[in-house]
Amino acid sequence: MSADAIPYTVKPHPVTGVPNPKFGIWLFLASEVMLFGALFSSYVLLRVTADSWPHGYDAGRLNWKLAALNTIVLITSSVTMVMAWASLMLHDLRKGRIYLLLTFLLAGVFLVVKYFEYGAKFEHHIYPATDPFFAVYFTLTGLHGLHVVGGMIAIGYLMGPGARLWRTDPEHYANRVECTGLYWHFVDLVWIFLFPMLYLI
Amino acid sequence: MSVHSADEVKRHVRTYLMVFAALAILTVITVAISTVHLPSHRAIALALVVAVIKAALVALFFMHLASERRIIYATLALCAVFLAALLFGPILTEHEFIHWANTQPRGGAHVS
Repeated sequence: MSADAIPYTVKPHPVTGVPNPKFGIWLFLASEVMLFGALFSSYVLLRVTADSWPHGYDAGRLNWKLAALNTIVLITSSVTMVMAWASLMLHDLRKGRIYLLLTFLLAGVFLVVKYFEYGAKFEHHIYPATDPFFAVYFTLTGLHGLHVVGGMIAIGYLMGPGARLWRTDPEHYANRVECTGLYWHFVDLVWIFLFPMLYLI
Repeated sequence: MSVHSADEVKRHVRTYLMVFAALAILTVITVAISTVHLPSHRAIALALVVAVIKAALVALFFMHLASERRIIYATLALCAVFLAALLFGPILTEHEFIHWANTQPRGGAHVS
């Protein structure tokens, strides 16, 4: 490690009691809460001031079955992500990488399902400009989808070239997987709210 | 972090699998509730309760918030204050308008 590397990547910082990257990722997640919170707030305000607001499950609106499937997919990917970390804690890199690969693939499944959902909307000439409901729908799910893509990039790096770090500094590598996991669980957590808010109520 | 013993990790894994089962069951429950098509305010309240429980499970166990350092809790507490302001601020400041909008005669068929 060079002298200008981030200090306290593995050992807890004496002031905060946690390693710096972990504190950093939590601060980042706090800012993410603000980002999604502002959009949730806009949704609530648009909905309560609207003359009428459709249900996501109304005919010609959203496909809640695909979304329910995607909910299970994301929850499962959260489990495979913690299992990757747990495997590394048991000093099993091979298993850890397999779980990272599974997480990566499940994220891919989520996006493919989303692609079909979006495709079906565009086919019926439904766009964000169609009405306030779809404006909210495309904004929130689009932003969430971008987060899934970001997670796939990070997870893809960790299971591929990033795994080399294991040989020189296994603890550092495990911490990277843990921090990426924190982000990934947050993406899952956002979907846990998006699913009922857009599709079920 | 670095101080987990093998037994501890195995106990963690069991917890993860139980949380996974709970999340799957809650997903089924929230979908089942929505098929009943309850009155709007009740449906919204129930869906939010289930979502908050699911989110808490993810945060407590997958994100290890059940046993985290004080600095992380402090960060999140501050975050919660700002989130509350973000969610309720607009509604409270627009309260009169919302009341006015909801008491106006409904104008024809809305785009659906």
